[in-house]
Amino acid sequence: MGSSVAAMGMVSDSKFHVLAVDDSVIDRKLIERLLKTSSFQVTTVDSGSKALEFLGYDPGNNSIPYVSPSHHHHHHHHHHHHHHHHHHQEVDVNLVITDYCMPGMTGYDLLKKIKGSKALRNIPVVIMSSENVPARINRCLEEGAEEFFLKPVRLSDVNRLKPHMLKTKLKCDKPERTEEDEPDSGSQPQAPEQQHHEQHEQHEQHEHGQEELRSQPQSQQVPTPPQDQDQDRLQSVPVLPTPQQEQEQLQLLQPTPPQQSNNNKRKAMEDGLSPDRTRPRYSGITTMV
Amino acid sequence: MLGFGADRLRADMNRLLALLFHQGILDEQFLQLQQLQDESSPNFVSEVVNIYFQESERLLKNLRALLIERELTDYKKMGNHLNQLMGSSSSIGANRVRNVCIAFRANSEQNNRAGCLGTLEVLEHEYCYLKSKLHELFQIEQQRVLGAGVRYPMHQN
Repeated sequence: MGSSVAAMGMVSDSKFHVLAVDDSVIDRKLIERLLKTSSFQVTTVDSGSKALEFLGYDPGNNSIPYVSPSHHHHHHHHHHHHHHHHHHQEVDVNLVITDYCMPGMTGYDLLKKIKGSKALRNIPVVIMSSENVPARINRCLEEGAEEFFLKPVRLSDVNRLKPHMLKTKLKCDKPERTEEDEPDSGSQPQAPEQQHHEQHEQHEQHEHGQEELRSQPQSQQVPTPPQDQDQDRLQSVPVLPTPQQEQEQLQLLQPTPPQQSNNNKRKAMEDGLSPDRTRPRYSGITTMV
Repeated sequence: MLGFGADRLRADMNRLLALLFHQGILDEQFLQLQQLQDESSPNFVSEVVNIYFQESERLLKNLRALLIERELTDYKKMGNHLNQLMGSSSSIGANRVRNVCIAFRANSEQNNRAGCLGTLEVLEHEYCYLKSKLHELFQIEQQRVLGAGVRYPMHQN
């Protein structure tokens, strides 16, 4: 699948796509620059409602998104990183980062809508705020936010985003689930009807996960080199994680000390990783290809 | 390639920056902005700062208009404007302007009109000073860049 696309020289489909939401022009410019410096693809909007529109949120239809059967084979080349698609909930966003205080829909409202939507709830959400209010922070984390950044946001904050995007991809790579893969088991049980959606996600995002992991040792601010070779290699050989890859992966998923307590999720993640290092997180490869 | 002039200009810029940091006009967030500027985004700092100028002047005008209104001073709206100004000042590292906003907001929350008028004066003064210093900074930078023979798009201030 991906190898043919890669061979055609498709560019830039390999970047993580972040949707940034902020009503302040300056903060939008800042977050965009921060994200681009970290080699993310960025879309900025100035309100929660525009964010939901971009994500294809359909309040009346809280079911799985429609995916045409041919989509698996077409894969990336009709994918739309830069266009708005309103007809289906074809989400190509790997993370949403949003300001808390916005007129109309607050970042918290947006978070709730995303987490309450079957189609969107697997998208990691990060909240930013200029005010350090512990009750606010806890409320957001409890509602499912991955992180809470105090403004002004810095590069060191943005460097914490990738593990959350990778975590979601890797989680989707596994059709069967056990407890250790449920870091957020409390709030988001995986319903059976999610299988279809996640296989779709896992299919298109799987390569991203691979590429990102391989490029991880490089500085995140350096654009990753063309990875066509990696993709080809990936597709032809069923891969078990090498010790180095595992270590990279552990490095990525190992949480850095959080600014605020968010220990349940992280602890579960750590527990899940350590006893079972040899368990192929790449098992998705052999089942998919 | 760098002549004596360019070195001196760079020294001037650093001296000015150091002074602004020392006075608390700017804080480390401004340095963060500079770090985000590179070949792919060579005018990032001046672009952001120019947006800041536009937005701040609009907000200051609104604040003054709200305070002139004796009958029904809309303190809530004032608070919204102040939050915006505070946020953007914080985002570019305009430390003193942000601090005056905090004091202003306290007055507005107490519906203290006289206090608000006083802090508005201070705020306008601080903003003007910041703007002139940042213009100075950009002028030195432009001279330095031109002197080094590199062509960057000119920015009107």
